[in-house]
Amino acid sequence: MDPLIKTEGLYRYYGGHCAVRDLSFELYPGEVLGLLGPNGAGKSSTLRMLAGNLAPSAGNIWLNGVNLQANPIQATGGVGYLPENPPLYPELTVDEYLYYCARLHRVSRGVIDEAVLTAKGHCGLDAVGQRLIGNLSKGYQQRVGIAQAIVHNPAVVILDEPTVGLDPIQMREIRSLICGLGTERGVILSTHILPEVQATCSRVLILHQGEQAYAASLKHDVGPASGCFLIRLAEPPELDALTAVQGISYADQLADGHYRLYLEGAECSAGKLIEQLVQGGWGLEEFIAEQPGLEQVFVRITTGEQSI
Amino acid sequence: MILTIAGRELRSLFLSPLAWSLLAVMQFILAWLFLVQMESFDLLQARLVTIENAPGLTDLVVVPLLGNVAIVTLLLVPLLSMRLISEELRSGTFSLLLSAPVSISRIVLGKYLGLLGVLGVILLISLLMALSLLAGGELDLGRLAAGLLGLGLVLAASAAIGLYMSTLSSQPSVAAVGSYGLLLFLWSINLAAGAEGKGSALFAWIAMPTHFDRLLSGLVRSSDLIYFILCISICLILAVRRLDTLRTRP
Repeated sequence: MDPLIKTEGLYRYYGGHCAVRDLSFELYPGEVLGLLGPNGAGKSSTLRMLAGNLAPSAGNIWLNGVNLQANPIQATGGVGYLPENPPLYPELTVDEYLYYCARLHRVSRGVIDEAVLTAKGHCGLDAVGQRLIGNLSKGYQQRVGIAQAIVHNPAVVILDEPTVGLDPIQMREIRSLICGLGTERGVILSTHILPEVQATCSRVLILHQGEQAYAASLKHDVGPASGCFLIRLAEPPELDALTAVQGISYADQLADGHYRLYLEGAECSAGKLIEQLVQGGWGLEEFIAEQPGLEQVFVRITTGEQSI
Repeated sequence: MILTIAGRELRSLFLSPLAWSLLAVMQFILAWLFLVQMESFDLLQARLVTIENAPGLTDLVVVPLLGNVAIVTLLLVPLLSMRLISEELRSGTFSLLLSAPVSISRIVLGKYLGLLGVLGVILLISLLMALSLLAGGELDLGRLAAGLLGLGLVLAASAAIGLYMSTLSSQPSVAAVGSYGLLLFLWSINLAAGAEGKGSALFAWIAMPTHFDRLLSGLVRSSDLIYFILCISICLILAVRRLDTLRTRP
């Protein structure tokens, strides 16, 4: 399978400042790649380069197998891009705007109505087609921005902080939209919201000071590898009593009745542990397997506590 | 693709009150100047009858009218052209064009055509005012055509200058100041041509009125046409080059 996006040794300098340093990665169809990093890590610069808005100082980009620098018109044809600030014309209505974007991306006149309708449906814009973009709320404007990026049915969708300014419900909708996009296309998105990466991305790339600091696959079907469980007990015992349970190497009291349990090796399963906790008669009310610690990784990398 | 961009540009211009108010104010001023010309023609008419080969309506009303239109639009064009690119650079909408499969030259041509559309309305209004004289008199239509061609070329050249200036700054007002500066310079540089000196012929050639006046007097010379075409193409090429460098430099 050929990659949708392939970059090789990407550099970008702003004057003497190096914003992106030696970045190489690939994106395949069906993947959602999350670019994670603190402010100024080079996320937006990377995405702008991928979308053809910024020329790299060095390195190569292939979109759908076409070299972006050598053949920009052909290469950007199959790309939808949502910049940090959605590129909206406030004086146009949503329909006019999406129609214009579709025309810009060479959607033929025969299917343009359908394309606009589909994009509006995906982004929940059906009710506001006739309204002026300038009068819409920030969340709706963000949705129009996303609709603009997918209206021409691109193979690659590049989203720069797509859920900024959305309320939690809209955020969930957009996340499920992104997951839906990722089933057949390739999606690359930047964010600094960690749960967003965990909810939507199949792969994550952490950037730090323009360099790739960490890359990992986040397969949702893989169970927790952290060996950590969060529990809540109605009648909490002494901490020592918990630590004495077979299989627990260490217990940490987080709040009244809330504990984090660290397991002793892999031989102790969750089922056995629950059995023992119930036998203890402490009134087990909650038992949550803690997700792999992307946050710890992120914090460690970006604060330079220790290298991975 | 060019037409799509031009259409959006025209639509945005006419959706904002700016284009309408500029056109309305311009029409008011031009109507007033037109009436003044008519009045003076009326006063002169009795004397003109006695002169052989006397100047007619075209000389005394239409040509000054077209000259006035050129001066008034000189003041309007920078206000219309200033936001063409700089507004898009400022609000970030330019990235929509950059990430679309459209070449920079098509973007520039589309924007330019959009602006020419508005200026075409001005040209049409001037033509209608001149043609209204046909109701009560006769016009030298050949000369009117030459004058309109001259006016059209002046408008097109001013638009190209305004478009280039608009690519230089992300602040529309700076773009407007730049276009005013360059346009007024091109209109006034021939004032120095009166002085004797080596450069005076060159100054006269650079000046826009030198070429416009000849067209107004009914003289269509290819050298004058080349001057305007050169001016337009240089500005458009510079605009394309400038926008190309935006990708490589922040």
